[in-house]
Amino acid sequence: MIELSRRQLLQGGLAGMLLGQGLGITAAHAEGSTVTIAFNVNLPSWDPTTGLSAVNPTIQAIYRSVFDQFIGQKPNLEFQPGLLTEWGWSDDKKQVFMTVREGVKWHDGTPFTAEDVVWSLERAGKMDGGNPIAFIWSKIGNFKVDGNKITADVLQFEPTLFKWMSFLTGYVMPKAYFEKVGAEGFEAKPIGTGPYMVDQFERNAFVRLKANPDYWGGKPAFETVVFKFVPDATSRVAEIESGSSDVTVDVPFEEYDRLKSKDGLAGVVTPVSDIGMIFLNNDGPMLDKNVRMAAAMSIDKKAIVDKLLRGYATPISTLEAPEYAAFDPTIVVPYDPEKAAELLKASGFGPDNPVKFTIQTTRGLKPKDFEMVQAIVGMWRKVGIEAEIEVYEIAKHYELRAADKLAPAAFYNWGNAIGDPTTSTGFSMFGPSPHSVWNTDDLDGMIGPLWGEADEQKRIDGWKAVDKYIAENAYVIPLIQYQQPILFKKTIKVTPNVAGSPEPAQMSPA
Amino acid sequence: MPLSIILSRALSALLTLFGVMVVVFVLVRVVPGDPISMMIAPGATDADIAALRAHYGLDLPIWQQFWVWFKQVLQGNLGTSISMKQGVITIIAQRLPATLELAIFALIMAVIWGGFIALVSTAWRGTWVERAIDNFNGIMLAVPDFIWALTFVLVLGVLVPVLPISGRSDPSIDAGLATQFYILEGLARAKFAFVWDVLKHMLLPACALAFPLAAVIGRVLKNTMMDVMVQDYITLARIKGLSSIRILLQEALRNAAVPALALTGVQFTFLIGGTVITERIFSYPGIGNLAIDAVINRDLPLIQGLVLTFGIIFIIVNMAVDALTVWLNPRLRHA
Repeated sequence: MIELSRRQLLQGGLAGMLLGQGLGITAAHAEGSTVTIAFNVNLPSWDPTTGLSAVNPTIQAIYRSVFDQFIGQKPNLEFQPGLLTEWGWSDDKKQVFMTVREGVKWHDGTPFTAEDVVWSLERAGKMDGGNPIAFIWSKIGNFKVDGNKITADVLQFEPTLFKWMSFLTGYVMPKAYFEKVGAEGFEAKPIGTGPYMVDQFERNAFVRLKANPDYWGGKPAFETVVFKFVPDATSRVAEIESGSSDVTVDVPFEEYDRLKSKDGLAGVVTPVSDIGMIFLNNDGPMLDKNVRMAAAMSIDKKAIVDKLLRGYATPISTLEAPEYAAFDPTIVVPYDPEKAAELLKASGFGPDNPVKFTIQTTRGLKPKDFEMVQAIVGMWRKVGIEAEIEVYEIAKHYELRAADKLAPAAFYNWGNAIGDPTTSTGFSMFGPSPHSVWNTDDLDGMIGPLWGEADEQKRIDGWKAVDKYIAENAYVIPLIQYQQPILFKKTIKVTPNVAGSPEPAQMSPA
Repeated sequence: MPLSIILSRALSALLTLFGVMVVVFVLVRVVPGDPISMMIAPGATDADIAALRAHYGLDLPIWQQFWVWFKQVLQGNLGTSISMKQGVITIIAQRLPATLELAIFALIMAVIWGGFIALVSTAWRGTWVERAIDNFNGIMLAVPDFIWALTFVLVLGVLVPVLPISGRSDPSIDAGLATQFYILEGLARAKFAFVWDVLKHMLLPACALAFPLAAVIGRVLKNTMMDVMVQDYITLARIKGLSSIRILLQEALRNAAVPALALTGVQFTFLIGGTVITERIFSYPGIGNLAIDAVINRDLPLIQGLVLTFGIIFIIVNMAVDALTVWLNPRLRHA
């Protein structure tokens, strides 16, 4: 018996009406072993190791479908063997060792070797090679290969080296193929060792992937995966609601609540490695600790989460989310508007004589970003802080931050999918980092020695101490950990991914 | 058209293009948002940042950067996209056909629809039909294309899901075409099922773009036809016993078409501009959608290439409209 959906029926009817014959082509999505994902960003490039797209955490869901990382990562951020089955440091931390997985093939059928790993690491470490994370990869060199065993010298100790092997730009690329076709040829026809192979790519429209039958981790559950690039949130809602797509991410929370209980649809919201924060600049009114502390203590984060974000976020007090290695639940910045008013009074400010500064924010870049800042400004006004909101584009934020010209307060979001404190507190708060905003010697003096700390427990404890010190001095105002809404058809099982968007290899028929 | 006029127009077009190049080049460099600051790695030193800036030639004074780019353009090279790492010409060549097919499809729809409502309201002038059409026309004109686009997505994509709301074709179809002109090549190679699928994907964005233009064409054409209908030669035609339909189509429409055509040309350039938002809403893979990504990523070579492409399209359209107007209007032809 043939069953027709309402969409197919109407399509057939329209086709017949317009053409007088049944030329309607029914979509293959959600049928058989195809899953169609309405994805929120476009894919600019197929090279996961260079350029802007290489450091976009969202795009990693596509890259991880086609390419494998040196070291794998579970959806909960735990590490697992990838193309490397073993890895580690020598006792004196002067060498690293890696064991390369055997029996793996590239999508063109050629064997994957230890040479591919070495070439990928050397290419990634070239400072002029276009890899944005080259400063990490360049810290090992003088590779030696013996069968499937690799050793390398540590040129400068970098404790997070292996963590980066499961994150941004930590992909193994095909040496022989890339050298044969070149960068443009690779863009036209990329190959990897991942669970899916690129079947068709139409820029700004979709990429169609087909299952890699020889995948070392077993053939994936879906034969075909289609990523439709739908950057407009309203259109993504329409995609899932109309049945045109099977899965979508990052829809507005109001729409999520409406659609998750709709017939045939299900939803899941998961905390992701992305936080919302307010950068404070060590300038003007922010040089006064009382002002900073008052600004931090007068924000009712729970109210923001409950009322603006419909409960879909987690209030935080440090730049470490609960899933991160240096998260310390004992560090809490309380919501205490009375204390905030007292602190301001001690510095000569109050509701009748408010301290004034500008707060910058994006509008629409992250869920409710502008609305959150509006709410915060309202809370500040009650205790004696008068902040003027300046809305800017994210590109201007980067420019101002690089030039250290941000306003005294600036809303931003910060990702950290390896969960290491260097990538959260470190790069955002260490003065010499081009991404930091607060630059003072006391903090830099605490952070500096931690970069090369070889004792892991001592290192993590050190970062916890830094986070505590930052909270006590309100050098930054951490606000919330974001949660990502995922909507999908009930016929599909989706495993959320703390690192970012859900990956097709972690989806299966329900 | 005399050779001197053609040369004069060509020179004017080149000057316009040069002006576009200068304006866009300067504009994208003075607006806030530096592409290098978006690419800085967390551990980058000042030397690394300077090297990155030099790699993209952004360390030179603006006039030197412009000179380098200008020489490249004269050699047929628009540079390499920062975000997509491919030649700008290659990227635009892949996406431009999608926008051209969409814009031309929308134009055809707008002309047919606009012409139809002008004819009907002229034929039934002074009646409720004219008033109803005028009111409907007012709505079409008042609502911008992106609102139409969102409305179509919600109504015809979700509430009554009869048409696709994203992309240019069904991802499951392998058409095996050699070019990006899906409709033209599809028709030429008799892949009718594929062409039908492409048309279905194109219908909603084309309607969103066509509605405001159809309203303009309808209003201008109707007004001109009303003027024409009181001319002596129309009265003469009536006295001769010609049917109303024949008078309307053969006498009135023919003479009223020239002003509407000139306006259509101007409005068509706005329609092309409208593809930027409309393509985004429908995830349609044309140069409009591409332009938004280019701006978000501050991909300067791609932005410059796209603006230049839009400029060339505008100039070609205006020249074509001028030529058509002259061809249709004997007084201009012999002036």
